[in-house]
Amino acid sequence: MLRLDCLRAIYPELERCLVVTIMGAVAAELQSLGHRPNFFYLQHAMGLASSTGLGLALCLPEERIVVLDGDGSLLMNLASLSTLARYNPGNLVHIVFDNQSLLSVGGFPTATAAGTDLEGIARASGIRRTATVERLEQFQAAATEAIRGRELATIVARVEAAGPATFLTDLALLENRFQFSRCIQQRHSARNA
Amino acid sequence: MGVSVANSRLIYDALKACSIRLISALPETWLVHLIRLADEDPEMMLVRLSKEEEGVGISAGAHFAGVNSAMLMQNHGLLAAINGVVSFAHLYKIPLLMLISYRGTLGERDPWQTQGGNVTEAVLRALGIPYSFLEAPETVSRRIRQAHTLTVSSLQPVALLLMRDLMWEE
Repeated sequence: MLRLDCLRAIYPELERCLVVTIMGAVAAELQSLGHRPNFFYLQHAMGLASSTGLGLALCLPEERIVVLDGDGSLLMNLASLSTLARYNPGNLVHIVFDNQSLLSVGGFPTATAAGTDLEGIARASGIRRTATVERLEQFQAAATEAIRGRELATIVARVEAAGPATFLTDLALLENRFQFSRCIQQRHSARNA
Repeated sequence: MGVSVANSRLIYDALKACSIRLISALPETWLVHLIRLADEDPEMMLVRLSKEEEGVGISAGAHFAGVNSAMLMQNHGLLAAINGVVSFAHLYKIPLLMLISYRGTLGERDPWQTQGGNVTEAVLRALGIPYSFLEAPETVSRRIRQAHTLTVSSLQPVALLLMRDLMWEE
């Protein structure tokens, strides 16, 4: 299963959501499908995409938040799973692309390559809705159902360690950041109009 | 002898006056009353962290959502949050109001706090984080308001160091 195909499968669902991605291949591949102002790419600070999603979810209960995480990033902030479980925001879906690899620095294997089970850690942290999926149709069904649902979910998607040739895009970090916060303000104003 | 309830209330009321609606916190002795006040306040979202760096992401999300937030941590928590500060708050121009209990300074009895006390201000200076001190009760409200104003206008982290004479009653 390719991450790009997973992203393509849920891309239409993401239009209604606020999306936070990690750096590297996830950010570049989502942008390759078409950037939208409701997408924020956290191009560094590995591990904090899920924390950012939690802040958004707690402050914007009327929005659906989708975090597109990765095994390398999540392993740097496993504590975030315990905090997500503790506050249990029903409007947050946490998708973890697990390619068992730190792809952007040359494909060094992460701990999931040696058997660390991120879904198991999420479940043991207290997240009640979890899944591990390995086939595209499984991913599409699980992710779509979670995004349309009302329950915190962590979905681990096992994907191949393959990505785009370059991670650089023509979207400046700060342009993305200010566009994203402006987009949230506009959605909020439109909702309250 | 103990943590000052009155001065904790002073700090909390000043945060409320700045329309702070979310506080992330990791407990430490000097912060117990502040965290309790946040927990008991139905208008406040209190996010109890497992590690301080999480608070950088949570505050960034809150900022994107238009919500003012503050972080309560010990100075060792600042050390644990540095990559988040640099690679998120600084890189993406995120305001952070950081209230940091300044342990390991004059009067410190716990040996394990002393090394962090030695490096706190040097680290803040190295990171280019503007900082000031909360020490005299009469200046607490004004300084919190000023720090909040600066973090919002400059879109960068600002630190307030909570001093022993304010937080601890001998």
